[in-house]
Amino acid sequence: MPVYSEKVMDHFMHPRNVGEIENPDGVGEVGNPVCGDMMSFYIKVRDNRLADVKFKTFGCGAAIAVSSIVSEMATGMTLDEAMKITPRLVADELGGLPKNKFHCSNLGHEALQKAIKDYRSKTKTKGGAK
Amino acid sequence: MRMVYLDNAATTPLLPEVREAMLPYLGEAFGNPSCLHDWGDKARGAMEEARSQVAQLIGANAEDIIFTGSGTESNNFAIKGLALAQQNKGKHIVVSAIEHFSVLHSAKTMEKLGFEVSLVPVDKSGVVDPHDVEHATKKDTILISIMHANGEVGTIEPIAEIARIARKNKVVFHTDAVATAGTIPVDVNELGVDALSLSGNQFYGPKGVGALWVRKGVRIMPLLDGGVQEGGRRAGTENVPAIVGLGKAAQVAQASMPARIKHLTQLRDRLLTKLPAKIDHVVVTGHPKNRLPGNASFCIEFIEGESMLMLLNMQGVAVTSGSACTSRALKASHVLIAMKLSHAIAQGSLLFSFGLDNTAEDVDHVLEVLPPIVDRLRQMSPLYSKFTKQTKEAK
Repeated sequence: MPVYSEKVMDHFMHPRNVGEIENPDGVGEVGNPVCGDMMSFYIKVRDNRLADVKFKTFGCGAAIAVSSIVSEMATGMTLDEAMKITPRLVADELGGLPKNKFHCSNLGHEALQKAIKDYRSKTKTKGGAK
Repeated sequence: MRMVYLDNAATTPLLPEVREAMLPYLGEAFGNPSCLHDWGDKARGAMEEARSQVAQLIGANAEDIIFTGSGTESNNFAIKGLALAQQNKGKHIVVSAIEHFSVLHSAKTMEKLGFEVSLVPVDKSGVVDPHDVEHATKKDTILISIMHANGEVGTIEPIAEIARIARKNKVVFHTDAVATAGTIPVDVNELGVDALSLSGNQFYGPKGVGALWVRKGVRIMPLLDGGVQEGGRRAGTENVPAIVGLGKAAQVAQASMPARIKHLTQLRDRLLTKLPAKIDHVVVTGHPKNRLPGNASFCIEFIEGESMLMLLNMQGVAVTSGSACTSRALKASHVLIAMKLSHAIAQGSLLFSFGLDNTAEDVDHVLEVLPPIVDRLRQMSPLYSKFTKQTKEAK
């Protein structure tokens, strides 16, 4: 087995917030099957905060654990706070990631940022945030 | 927990009788086979007996067997040593796209040294078309190397036919028989090859030992220079205990081959037929009929191999995967990609390779634990939810 931390294994075995949100406020998709991992993030926004974050992930143990912890970290954050989640923060929160998994599987923050940008671009055209 | 080892393509366990045969050479019979005293004689005698046993397994003459440190070394030796020895005749090498990395990367090294390499494609079952080999062969082709069978997808290649093409064109022909020697009948004369690689840990012998057979009269340049061990073709004091183990494993394999094939084929076919019946959207990889007796390989759509492998391991089941995430290089298996499988499907690769200790209950255990794992990962997969939405809309 790849050398995964206890926390990675916990999030891989018991991923939090798996699923999709019906009528989400924003959606972000990253990755492709060539590099191995794909993630879709769905967000619900209330008062400029992430009221709900859900994900679906195709990929290895690390990719699933990354998605799960990002969803957990981001829930309750303001959009600006959530935009500041970095791959380093995610890896630290997971108790570290194997070297070769740091870049390819650590895409959760990107998918989340895309979902937030998607929400912001939609609300801009509609005029005003929720 | 039931422990089920289904990764015999990676390595087989050591047979107890092979271990027994090795033990004296890890103990009192420690002599160097090059020495002329009794200690040397004892080691040399055992080594020469092993050479005969390996030769018999492949229908060869003992004097043409060169012991090596692994199947990888045998393949390196074959590609580099044969090409270098024939280079006055030309500089073109032909190999298939699904060869083991020890062949492909050796060919790449030869390219850096000024040789030209042609890769022959395979069809969707992983079969090399002999006509493609013929088309790739040119006036200055000096070496063709096509594997006897691919350990990852199990496909057995038409080696005898390709050998006829090589002979017609007077090109030296090597086959990597690491996946077949000791597993299915291999006879160098029936196959018509000039050189053949094999490895001990594929048929219940020890790790760290292999052999290269080179037909008498075919020139090969040594990669290891030094003393005159192995007829001056591979210097270095021989690994006597491992060689003795390889010989014993070859002898046992030859004697029990029909029974082994029957046993492994039953287990393989049980999984090959029952798994796709239990899980939808499963692709069987490799040739449906013409495949290694113990190889059942699949791609499970919409999910990734490493996560399946980890969850199977937690249920006591050891398998392997050709997915990008599983490989240290993070690249999908070149074999599956050469068979024109998409990257998304190749990511769901799972290889079950059966061994002598496996039983029908092991297959049933897999059939019990794998479907919930697949379900669980599919529920998490964006590819699967896209697929289910599309099929709903189509209805």
